[in-house]
Amino acid sequence: MLTEEERREIEEEFEHFDYKQAVSVDALKIVQKHRGWVSDESIKDIAELLEMSPAELDGVATFYNLIYRKPVGKHVILLCDSVSCWVMGCDRMRAHFTKRLGIDFGETSEDNEFTLLPMQCLGTCDHAPAMMIDETLHRDLDEDKIDGIIERYKG
Amino acid sequence: MSEPIREKPLTKNFSPGEAPFDLKQYESGGGYQAVRKAMTEMAPEDVTGVVKEANLRGRGGAGFPTGMKWSFVPMGDRAPKRKYLVANADEMEPGTFKDRLLLEGDPHQFIEGMILAAYAIQADVAYIFLRWAYKKAEALLGKAIAEAYEAGYLGKNILGSGYNLELYLHTSAGRYICGEETALMNALEGKRPIPRTKPPFPQTSGLWGKPTIVQNVETLCNVPHIVANGADWYKSLSYSGNGGTKLFGASGKIKRPAIWELPLGTPMRELLEEHAGGMQDGLKFRGVLPGGASTDFLVEEHLDLPMDYEPVMEAGSRLGTGTMVILDDKTCPVGMIRNLELFFTRESCGFCTPCRDGIPWTHRLLDAIETGDGKPEDIDNLDFIINTITRMLGRTFCAFAPGAVEPLQSGLKYFRDDFEQHIGEKRCPYAS
Repeated sequence: MLTEEERREIEEEFEHFDYKQAVSVDALKIVQKHRGWVSDESIKDIAELLEMSPAELDGVATFYNLIYRKPVGKHVILLCDSVSCWVMGCDRMRAHFTKRLGIDFGETSEDNEFTLLPMQCLGTCDHAPAMMIDETLHRDLDEDKIDGIIERYKG
Repeated sequence: MSEPIREKPLTKNFSPGEAPFDLKQYESGGGYQAVRKAMTEMAPEDVTGVVKEANLRGRGGAGFPTGMKWSFVPMGDRAPKRKYLVANADEMEPGTFKDRLLLEGDPHQFIEGMILAAYAIQADVAYIFLRWAYKKAEALLGKAIAEAYEAGYLGKNILGSGYNLELYLHTSAGRYICGEETALMNALEGKRPIPRTKPPFPQTSGLWGKPTIVQNVETLCNVPHIVANGADWYKSLSYSGNGGTKLFGASGKIKRPAIWELPLGTPMRELLEEHAGGMQDGLKFRGVLPGGASTDFLVEEHLDLPMDYEPVMEAGSRLGTGTMVILDDKTCPVGMIRNLELFFTRESCGFCTPCRDGIPWTHRLLDAIETGDGKPEDIDNLDFIINTITRMLGRTFCAFAPGAVEPLQSGLKYFRDDFEQHIGEKRCPYAS
């Protein structure tokens, strides 16, 4: 069941469009904001509200790399591995995360604090390597900087 | 080639490290005068006319003439009742970071450009399609849109002209293909964002089947300046017949990676040696992707090329987004191309076969070569895939697959020795 709050937030999006289906991505993001991910049950509930079939909505949900159809950790690390960051050493950053947190791309740490995912070019190539953690951008990364950032998020 | 006048209209309001201009500051620098001029003195067709005459070409990568695109939209009483303008702010081309700068540096300039473009085609509704990751831009645009509504530049009866425009900000949820204009329209409609077949073209049948123009952020940012200062002024900003300045950029192992606003047609050598400060100490220039991941490599012999649509095309590549990624002599070209094809493998929407099956195949072959498992026939297979996809030009739903093989085909041409050395030595010679 969608909460009152989720339903209200989704319905507010309706006014931007003539068709309910147009808010599908907004609706998925709203539910994900409240619950951390989008479950099968949420897919059914949102689909009903938007007058879509659950299968069609799931086709939308699974297309986007930032809609999570599985639970993720408390913080999601989105490490850019596109070409400029690759030239500037993102593979080393990835290896460092694996060393520090025991996780590679697609995995969540045992304490459930962090999920590590690859990210498309973050559009900050003059400060590569770069990543986002949740909604915050971190740039000019090196191993020391990553250690400091991990400590801040753990706290 | 005439010497351009040295003005930087797109970045003139930028103050790095500080908040961008709010409405009052923007207005006091001449902002929204172009909207005022258009609404009081110009018919919609006049706005399209001046943009056409200015020779503004799309800055999103394909370089299509902007005014011509707008002129395909049905106008007048018999035109469909709803029309849409969409700003493509889904910047995700690897190595490209110019639209972020424009959105964060001067959001009102961008909104003014949208209002003018919407007026030109008489759109009723405009959407900004913004990528999820641009959080700062999202906040700044939200504020700027509210200010523009408050001041009467958006909404009903704009500046007493009788023209109405609603503008909404939509933030997406990732995936590179959403930047392809027909996939973007499916995304906005809430469908699975795979590209649509063309024709029909969006100008006549786009969002929900209505006439729609999709335009890149940088393209739209040029429009207020063209309307305010005229086509002749705009053309005099560049070295060539294509009007305007361009946001050029460079990343990789150079001394000063950044974005610079310079005349269209500025030589690549000037960008790399003067503005980027040359290569980092101890490294040599090896090659460059001139306009993002889906453009062909260029090499040393091309350094004196003017960065403009035709010269880069004649050299076998594309201006693309104008933001260059530099390959140095200590970085493995095979590894770099493997990285590019991994990106395209992941981002292929999977809708048509050459892309869904061909691009992952190139990645598997490149991975084998890079990790020492390559065989001599792998290069033949890469050539086969490239030829197959290139021959299919116009037969795939969108330009994704042809773009994906551009750095691969040129990489094989310019760095063939590297591929052969990897296969011969069964290892990557660049690995330490």
